[in-house]
This record gives sequence, structure tokens and C-alpha cells, in this order.
Amino acid sequence: MTTNERADAPAVTTATAPIGAARLQPNEEIPTVVTEAVFETRDLSVLYSGFRAVRDVNLTIRRGEITAFIGSSGCGKSTVLRCLNRMNDLIEGASVEGEVRYRGVDLYDPAVNPVEVRRRIGMVFQRPNPFPKSIWHNIAYGPRVAGVKKKSELDDIVERSLRRAALWDEVKDRLDASAMGMSGGQQQRLCIARAIASEPEVLLMDEPCSALDPIATARVEDLMRELRDDYTIVIVTHNMQQAARASDMTAFFGVEVNPNGDRRTGMLVECDTTATIFSNPSDERTENYITGRVG
Amino acid sequence: MTDLSLRPAAVTIDDLAGDRNATRPDTLFSNGAKVAGYLVLVILAAIAVSTTTKAWPAFRSEGVGFFLSDNWVPSQGHFGARAIIYGTLVVSAIALVVAVPLSIGIALFITELAPRRIRSSITTVMDVLASVPSVVFGLWGFLILRPDLKDFYNGVADAVSGIPVLRSVFGESLSGQSFMTAGLIVGLMIVPIITSIVREVFQTVPINEKHGALALGSTRWEMIRGVVFPHSTGGVVGAVMLGLGRAMGETIAVALVIGASPQITANLFGQGEAMPSVIARNLNEASGNYRAALIGLGVGLFALTILINISARLLVKRANATKGAR
Ligand SMILES: Nc1ncnc2c1ncn2[C@@H]1O[C@H](COP(=O)(O)OP(=O)(O)O)[C@@H](O)[C@H]1O
Ligand SMILES: [Mg+2]
Repeated sequence: MTTNERADAPAVTTATAPIGAARLQPNEEIPTVVTEAVFETRDLSVLYSGFRAVRDVNLTIRRGEITAFIGSSGCGKSTVLRCLNRMNDLIEGASVEGEVRYRGVDLYDPAVNPVEVRRRIGMVFQRPNPFPKSIWHNIAYGPRVAGVKKKSELDDIVERSLRRAALWDEVKDRLDASAMGMSGGQQQRLCIARAIASEPEVLLMDEPCSALDPIATARVEDLMRELRDDYTIVIVTHNMQQAARASDMTAFFGVEVNPNGDRRTGMLVECDTTATIFSNPSDERTENYITGRVG
Repeated sequence: MTDLSLRPAAVTIDDLAGDRNATRPDTLFSNGAKVAGYLVLVILAAIAVSTTTKAWPAFRSEGVGFFLSDNWVPSQGHFGARAIIYGTLVVSAIALVVAVPLSIGIALFITELAPRRIRSSITTVMDVLASVPSVVFGLWGFLILRPDLKDFYNGVADAVSGIPVLRSVFGESLSGQSFMTAGLIVGLMIVPIITSIVREVFQTVPINEKHGALALGSTRWEMIRGVVFPHSTGGVVGAVMLGLGRAMGETIAVALVIGASPQITANLFGQGEAMPSVIARNLNEASGNYRAALIGLGVGLFALTILINISARLLVKRANATKGAR
């Protein structure tokens, strides 16, 4: 793709320096057009071994906002989310059609290295998945694979990330203890701290609270609001209150039953500000879902 | 205020005792498993005791010299097995050096890299390789590999003849039969078993953690080092131990290619002898103390395997115990 193509894009050009430009490799093409749109998908479809799990998603995710994906289970929210950092590459048989543009660059361009993509776009999973190592080593993992070697520098990053994730006071005396001894909520916040230690530009979260109790959930939501100033966040949730409470934009996904089979294909019904989606959605299906008429 | 002190609803102890008959299969099963476990131990002990008894005359007449002397001259009644034990250890060590990296590499390729199609065909090849009789490996080594290896060994020996330490490790080869040839062949023979266990160990690594590492921008290799290996140390050591057990006990293939001349030498290209091959070669003709000495070699091999196994297990335990702090 050429960057010129993007010149007529609907997104707004900003005067600020490109986010993360300092981390671009010298031989990398520096995008000349910086848009507010962090992600734009165009007719994105994902197939699992030929089965079309989700189709024709056209979505814009803007910088500095929290975008929530809601919809019933199986409508492809996780699938679309995994396209945003190329995690679908790891699923055997998965293939992607259409385009996913990240700050103007097609993520599925053959020249794009998924490892670099994932360094810039962090992910938090549904089940907390800390490594069976010490708290310190969990946080230092990302910076280390990115090439940070000095212990003092890593110590700084560990402290900063844990503070950022509001976990420092709880764990500062036991950084050498195994992360497996933490509670589920702490583990999930550790995973968030671990993701931000790599200084990503975006955080993707796939139902990060579904394995947590209400108090731990509230803490993670608080944390998201705090992180919002520095990160673009995309969160999948099937908890509608959570979407309503925590997000700026909401994308509602639905499913349709395939005419020729029993499997269901997901699609994006609409995406708008969270206030609009929850008070005045334009699509009837959204309204039915929001008001609880359809599970 | 409401009165919270309520009368307890009556339950008798019989109500909570449950149905004895329903839990009987559980008890039966756990007892059965216990018996089977002890039975294995008893059989092992019986083997150890009966062989040791048979070997006793040799142990008694040689004393510790049986393990510490190099003087193995059956015609004169001298049975010092040190050189033979040395041969077994060297061959096994070479076999592991060959087999372990190869097996881990193949297992990684199967579990982490290869597309599904290739994956199953490699697995099939491994299974076939595992089922090749060891005598075939031995014949192949003796008839086909040995002549080429002899030239290769002497080429290497020439090349390093001016370098102090290497000169003695890679010396001249007379026949192509050597520690190295035996080690290479046994190494190949144990690749399938190690690979198949290591592969299964790798497959038990939680996918969540693997994805976690990859999502942090690890390359595949970094993920393997950071997640797959730490999870697999115990299992991999177990697999290596199993391979080592087979390598130490391998008889016919080693007998064909090691050279049948017990000696302690640094020269890996030199001829040697190993414990099982001595036994197999001579047990039929041997009698009296000679026979006892051969059985003694078997006892020694048994003890050696157990010793190595136990120390490996302790090592893994220690490594796991300190893991939390890292
Ligand atoms: N790894 C996979 N392999 C095959 N099919 C999958 C896989 N993951 C998801 N799917 C299918 O894709 C569809 C969407 O799944 P998913 O994205 O997990 O939905 P959601 O996150 O909205 O619940 C479902 O029909 C599901 O069965
Ligand atoms: Mg999901």
C-alpha cells in the first residue's frame, strides 16, 4: 500500500508527531499521514477452515477512546479483536479477507511482521495468564524480548508499569514471589501491567473481567479509565453495564443464521457512541439486545 | 428484632454416613493400584537379589577391584570391569549428545512449526524408525557406515593432529569400530523414543501462556525459550533418562560396532567394549567365576541405571524448588 492512498481518507489529520515514531525501525517506512483512526477495517471477514465466522466488518476505532465490542456469544467479537494484533495467525485454519488498517498501514500486508505488530498492540486475555515466574519476571518479559537488558532500566519499567496498573503498593515487597500465588483479580491486573510494560500504543482486552468477582472487576474498570489518557483501548465484553460504564464507543455485533447450514455468521450491526447505542440505537436488533429482549 | 435462635433441624449420623456400598469400587481400585505398585517393587528387588547372588562369587574374589581394575582377562581369572564400564558410559554419553538436541529439535518442529500435514508424516517416520530392530541398526552400522566412518575419523584425526587436547580425543581409527560409531548408532536408535515423549511434554504446555508470550511480541523462538522449555524440564529429563536407559542397555548394535577390546582411552575413535555386549558375547561359553563376573556386569549396569535415574530426579526437584524465585 502507499501512504498517498490515505490522503483522502475521512479521518482527521493531526499535527502531532506520530505516536511511537521513535520506535520505528530506521528502514521502516514512516507514515506521512497520521489519522485519528487507529484501526479501520474494510469488509473484514474471518474464516475458520472455510467457515465464515464473521463477515463484512467495517469499523473505525479512534485514538484515545475506549471502544467496547458487545453482542451475544459466538458473534465474532473475539475473532475481530484477534485480527487487530494478528493473533488469528496462531489459529490453525484461520484466514482473513478484507483489510485491517492500523494507523494507515494494512496489517495483513506481506511486509508486516506480526511480532512487531504485537509489540505495539498489547493484549489482555479472558483468563489471567501470568507466567509461572516471579512478578518481576512477568512484567520484565515484554521489555526483555524487545531488547532491554540493563537490570536498573528493567527495575524502573517494572515499578512504573505496576504503579500504572495500581498494583505497586500491593506487590512491591514481593516482586520475587511467584505470580501464581496472586488472586485472580491481581493476576489480571498483573497481565495488564505486563502488557503496558512493553509500551504498546493500543490495548486489546478480551472479556478481561469475566473470570473476576465484582470487586476485582471494578478495580480493572477503574484502571481502564485511568489508562484511557495514554492508550487506545478496545474491550470485548458481554456485560452491558460494563460497556455502558466504561466505554466511549460501542460496537454491537449480531449473528445471522446461514441459509444453507446450521452455523451462524457474525457481523457488525452498528457502531456509535456508547450514549447513542444505549439510549437511541438506530438498529432494531441493537435495541432488542440492549433492552434484554434477545439474549 | 427477630429471634435468630432457631431450633436445629435434626439430622442423624446415619443420614450423613452415606452408602458404603457405593464407595466400594473406589476402595477396591485404590487398593488394587497400591498392590500393583508394590508388586513392581518386589519384582525389581527379586531380580536384584537373585542376580547379585549369582554374581557373588566374582564380587567376592575380586572385591572392589571388580569395578576399579582394568584387568579383564577371563582366561587367567582376572575380572576388572572398569574399562568396560567406561565404554558403556562413553557410548551412552555420545548417544545422548547426538540424540537429545536432535530429538528436542524434531519435537519442537512437530509441535510448534510444522503445518499439520508434515506433522503427521514426521510422526509416522519416527514411529517406523522406532520399530526397526536394533540388529538392523547394528548391521547397517557395521557393513555400510563403518568403512566410511573409518576414513572420516582418520581425516579428522589428521586435521587435528597438531592441536593438543583434540589430538588425543580424536585419534586414529584402526577399523572404524569405535566408541564413536557405537555412540552415533545408539544415538540414532533412541531419537524416536525421546522425540515422542518430548513431543507429548511440549503439547501439555498451556496454550494461554504461549499466546500470552506471543502477544507480548515474542518471536516463536523467544516463546519457546520463555514458556515451552521452563514448563517441560521435568518431562524432558524423564524422556532423556528413558533414552539413556535404552542406550546403556543396548546390546547387539553396540556389540557389532564397538570393537570388543576393553580399554580406557580418551580417543573416541578407538575401539572399546561395553557391558551388555560383553555379556551377550560370552555368557554361553562362560562358566564358574567368569559366568559370575558377567552376571556381575549386569548387576552393575542395573545399579548404574538406577543411580543415574535417581540423581536426575533429584536434580529436577531442586531445579523446580528454586524456580519460584526466578
Ligand atoms: N479457534 C477457532 N476455530 C474454529 N472456529 C472458531 C475458533 N474460534 C472461534 N470460532 C468460531 O467463530 C465464531 C465466533 O467466535 P468468537 O469470535 O469466539 O465469538 P465471541 O467472542 O463473540 O463469543 C463462533 O462460531 C466460533 O465457533
Ligand atoms: Mg469471545
